[in-house]
Amino acid sequence: MVEHFGAPVEASATMTRTQERIPTVVVDDAHIIYRVHQGASGGTTPVAALRRLVKRTHAPNVREVHAVKGVSFTAYRGEAIGLIGSNGSGKSTILRAIAGLLPVNRGAIHTQGQPSLLGVNAALLNDLSGERNVVLGCLAMGMHPDDVAKQAAGIIDFSGINERGDFASLPMRTYSSGMAARLRFSIAAAKKHDVLLIDEALATGDKGFRKRSEQRVRELREGAGTVFLVSHQLSSVRDTCERTIWLESGVIRMDGPTDEVIRAYEAYANSK
Amino acid sequence: MATTALVDPDTGLTQAQLAARHGLRVAGERPSLVEYSRRLWAYRHFIAAYANAKLVASYSNAKLGQLWQVLTPLTNAAVYYLIFGVVLAQNNIPNFIAYLTTGLFIFNFTQSAVLAGTQSISSNLGLIRALHFPRASLPLSTTITQFQQLLASMVVLIGIVLVTGEPLTWEWLLLVPALFLQAVFNAGVVLLVARLGSKSSDLKQVMPFIMRTWMYGSGVLYSVSLFERLPGWATTVVQYNPLLVYIELARYSLLEEAPLLNESLTQLWLVGAGWALVAGIGGFIYFWRGEQEYGRG
Repeated sequence: MVEHFGAPVEASATMTRTQERIPTVVVDDAHIIYRVHQGASGGTTPVAALRRLVKRTHAPNVREVHAVKGVSFTAYRGEAIGLIGSNGSGKSTILRAIAGLLPVNRGAIHTQGQPSLLGVNAALLNDLSGERNVVLGCLAMGMHPDDVAKQAAGIIDFSGINERGDFASLPMRTYSSGMAARLRFSIAAAKKHDVLLIDEALATGDKGFRKRSEQRVRELREGAGTVFLVSHQLSSVRDTCERTIWLESGVIRMDGPTDEVIRAYEAYANSK
Repeated sequence: MATTALVDPDTGLTQAQLAARHGLRVAGERPSLVEYSRRLWAYRHFIAAYANAKLVASYSNAKLGQLWQVLTPLTNAAVYYLIFGVVLAQNNIPNFIAYLTTGLFIFNFTQSAVLAGTQSISSNLGLIRALHFPRASLPLSTTITQFQQLLASMVVLIGIVLVTGEPLTWEWLLLVPALFLQAVFNAGVVLLVARLGSKSSDLKQVMPFIMRTWMYGSGVLYSVSLFERLPGWATTVVQYNPLLVYIELARYSLLEEAPLLNESLTQLWLVGAGWALVAGIGGFIYFWRGEQEYGRG
């Protein structure tokens, strides 16, 4: 970096940007096939189950879904990337594969550190109070007990669950779905993540919380993290992400600046 | 100079080369056994906190709350005493109440740990899918929760043993290493069934039957001298049954005249330690080998 001394300010800024482009997630021609249980659809009698066991065949109500078909992209530090597409386009599937929860059948996914997936159904312990869930959740993210004690009050404040009475000391099963989702997001956002994957988790909160959480996502990015956001609310993608990937039936349809991609996506969605 | 700096050194690389250049790892890769143990140790606070939380949560809906920790083993002992002590009247064992409760509480430690362990992965899928931590934390904290339960029932047991007229001797201290060995054995078995139970929910249905068979083979409810009537090889199998060994160790340390199947005390300790070692290490390695699969599907 010594040779940059005489360079104009703007040029050196671009240069550091280029230099600092450190990839955090590299997806290389990933194919994901998973098996789904279709539910009861014939062949569920005990006799049929026994016959399957003897013949060593799979249950007839299990079907293979080729959810992601050869997706490649690279995400860099400090980027917030929106993932959009119609239902069943493979958005959530690719997030789960990045988190290491689904294996790729072909290709590979490389990550920096361990990505954390924040899904809408990420339940903690419903029988325990919100406070205890905060402590447990933070410890489960590998935080030190001293740090947890320091941050616990801040996390509960951020979630806003105490806005209508003392809910933090009540078991989580008494929470509304929005409150539970808010608390979960607050816990997950309390730690610096190299890669944070958010799957529709911001959608459940009310307007005030959504503002706070979008602010938090920006802070996480500035702390050199990469954030992926799956959302059907294009406005929150537009507010938080400068890059957007549009998936359709398991392939990337478009990958670029959010405004362009969303415009194309809206045109596509309206023409259907 | 400035122009060369502007050129991205990553251009022209394939995705795989790019990942390798920046030291990225394959998503969901399994760490080495040493690295895994190290991470698990770093999560010891989580394991302890989770075990405590589970203990509190297990009675959170009951009116009598934590009192059930003591009431459950007491009620259990009362029911079995009614049937095997009063109705079937096993008079050949001196101090049958103490003999029965010792066996029952020691067996129950393993039984409840194994039953809870079968579901320790499958009932925590939400947590597993949301947060990343060494999965062995969950079965291990299940074992610790059961160990805490055991301590409560040990207080009850010692009360029963003293009330029924057993003298307090130095041999009682042997209970501590015996319970420790059993706890290590349990941890191993819990790790084993946790992985098995994470794949197939059928195991949950089968487990109660396995545990009941195991109970009858451990001489909990009747005199172990009954096993001497079996053919020779069967007696040997029962003799090396880990649960019978741990029960006999507890009976030996607490009771004065309890009939024992194993005459050699050295052999009892060796077999007990051997089982703890085999189950502990084997269970841990077996669980670790499946680490990347938990939470999938």
